[in-house]
Amino acid sequence: MIDVTDSAYSGSLLERYAQYAGQDAIDQLQQLAGLLAGYRVVHVNSTRRGGGVAEILEKMVPLMQELGMSVTWEVIEGNDDFFACTKAFHNALQGRSLRIPDSLLRVYEEVNAGNAERLRPVLEEADVVFIHDPQPAPLLGLCPDRKGKWIWRCHIDLSHPQRSVWKYMRQYLVNYDASVFSLDAFAQPMPHPVFLIPPSIDPLSEKNMPLPPEAVREVLDEFKIDPSRPMLLQVSRFDRFKDPLGVIEAYHLAKDFVPSLQLVLAGGGAVDDPEGDAVLQEVREAAGQDPDIHVLASGHYTDRTINALQTAADIVLQKSLKEGFGLTVTEAMWKGKTVIGGNTGGIRLQLVNHRTGFLVDTPEGAAMRIRYLLFERQRIGEIGQRAQELVRQSFLITRHLREYLTLMVAITHGLEERIELE
Amino acid sequence: MSDFVIKDCALVTMATGRRAQTLRELRDVLRDVHSGCIYHHFWGSLLRPQFSDREYNNDFASWCRHSLHDMPAAERLSVIDPADHPDIETLRQELTDVIDERLDETEVMLFARADQQFNFVRSIIVVFDTHRRLSRPEDLVVALPDMSVGSIFYHFIDARRREPIGQDDFSAWLEGMGCEDDICPVLQGIEPYFESLYALRDRLSDLFSSYYGRPHNLDQVEQPSPGDRPSLSAGSREATVPATEGLGD
Repeated sequence: MIDVTDSAYSGSLLERYAQYAGQDAIDQLQQLAGLLAGYRVVHVNSTRRGGGVAEILEKMVPLMQELGMSVTWEVIEGNDDFFACTKAFHNALQGRSLRIPDSLLRVYEEVNAGNAERLRPVLEEADVVFIHDPQPAPLLGLCPDRKGKWIWRCHIDLSHPQRSVWKYMRQYLVNYDASVFSLDAFAQPMPHPVFLIPPSIDPLSEKNMPLPPEAVREVLDEFKIDPSRPMLLQVSRFDRFKDPLGVIEAYHLAKDFVPSLQLVLAGGGAVDDPEGDAVLQEVREAAGQDPDIHVLASGHYTDRTINALQTAADIVLQKSLKEGFGLTVTEAMWKGKTVIGGNTGGIRLQLVNHRTGFLVDTPEGAAMRIRYLLFERQRIGEIGQRAQELVRQSFLITRHLREYLTLMVAITHGLEERIELE
Repeated sequence: MSDFVIKDCALVTMATGRRAQTLRELRDVLRDVHSGCIYHHFWGSLLRPQFSDREYNNDFASWCRHSLHDMPAAERLSVIDPADHPDIETLRQELTDVIDERLDETEVMLFARADQQFNFVRSIIVVFDTHRRLSRPEDLVVALPDMSVGSIFYHFIDARRREPIGQDDFSAWLEGMGCEDDICPVLQGIEPYFESLYALRDRLSDLFSSYYGRPHNLDQVEQPSPGDRPSLSAGSREATVPATEGLGD
């Protein structure tokens, strides 16, 4: 079990969130939580650090605790073969054609069986269990004496899965009490209720809190980024679905017209992503010796560094070819940035052309929007302001938590179209 | 005399797994899809943030325009007024009739891109008690500007589908109090479809201000007591109060 207690969050977390989301939002959480007081809730995922799921759980868990629930966060343990298998699941379920050897599938099953031995007592006693993504999905079938409701939370795009892999995975999912997807387009039909709950960002986190200008300047100095010249930024794992090579191509196309342009590619790594090193090597080769392309790999930065880079950027890119939701888009929008994003997945939900950002399908499209924004620079501020308001209304963690609590009330008290709290 | 109970609400959406890629598929699914889907696709988008006026008053029309590129279908679907229909089933019939008419006159079947199919979703509405109460019509002048958009949605839009009244809560309360002002017909004549809930709130605020004068003292709006605890009444349509009682507690 992970201790998520953080001394930096002494005092009421809820009061601090009220500054951003409003007191009414906190009152709503408390009304819903009143029906769940004392519930034992367990979240299970496959990594403590790296990726959007871990970031959300870092704050979701203490918030639920403060609302009166007994919440734990468990992380399954796996070996290299296990994570190679789950990475293959990740790719195949998002549409890539590949074959997963039976030997890896056996490892997947054995690792889950081993984790079930360790976690069974806490999982079987829980009132509500959230299983995040495919990695721990078989745990339900390995806990035959479970007492509570089990929810499979899918953070990826299942709209066009490779059918053989989906067929394999689906056998582990059909007995859940409910599923949660980030978008309607991502969902697959299930024999149980399917909820649509977009993820969120945490406005109090190191990655999203406002930074003083000197802190931003320090980071730029550290990486030798010139604050007097326009800067493009993409923050994401070094993953082919994030198309970092397409970003470099867009940069080259735009730089012909804006020679002072700089590009920063900041890519983190997660322990469940063994492909990252190979993609990073390809990115470094594509960047070549261009001194205005800054490739920042895992270990070079903290969340505060990312925050500073996003704060400093003139334009943020997220040129994904496939995307679950695209929380890096949300983070940049929260900082009032105009984002140029790939026309895919949850990015579509966040970016409306000329209003809250731009959607593009090609490096050429990204280059054209970069040139437009650097030519009409006042548009960067106007669009960024609307982008920030969109996030405040729809993508803060308080909204996310409210929907989780509603889901929990719905499946534990009977699924009705209308829940009246009095 | 019953107080007006200010409530707030939020929607949580659920997928149905049903999709349409052509107008014919849209019609076929509409024939038997969960009634909550029809409600959601007429009203649910109002609770999403909007940065411009709505082009169409329902998701079906918007999809016909932007994904099928079938303008006549979009325009005909957009003039359907759910307020003209006593229940969802007659609204469903109207939708399918309009689509049938369009299918009869078209020779080409238009397809949406695979990633722009119409996904039928429905929603659970969760209703919160703000623990704020109003005792006089004049209190609306103070209370309206501070209401959340969820409250506006609940009292002005969701109320219209709640039985047995089927009208907005403000009108129901004012009529229940025997107000003789002619504000109720004006309220009922406000189009809730084409502007954001923020704009609708401003419009309602202006209306109440014009009828009941400048804001009164905020202290006259009863605030929640600290000891209030929530309880659950799931699926209870009766929780919405008949006109004679307003939203009384």
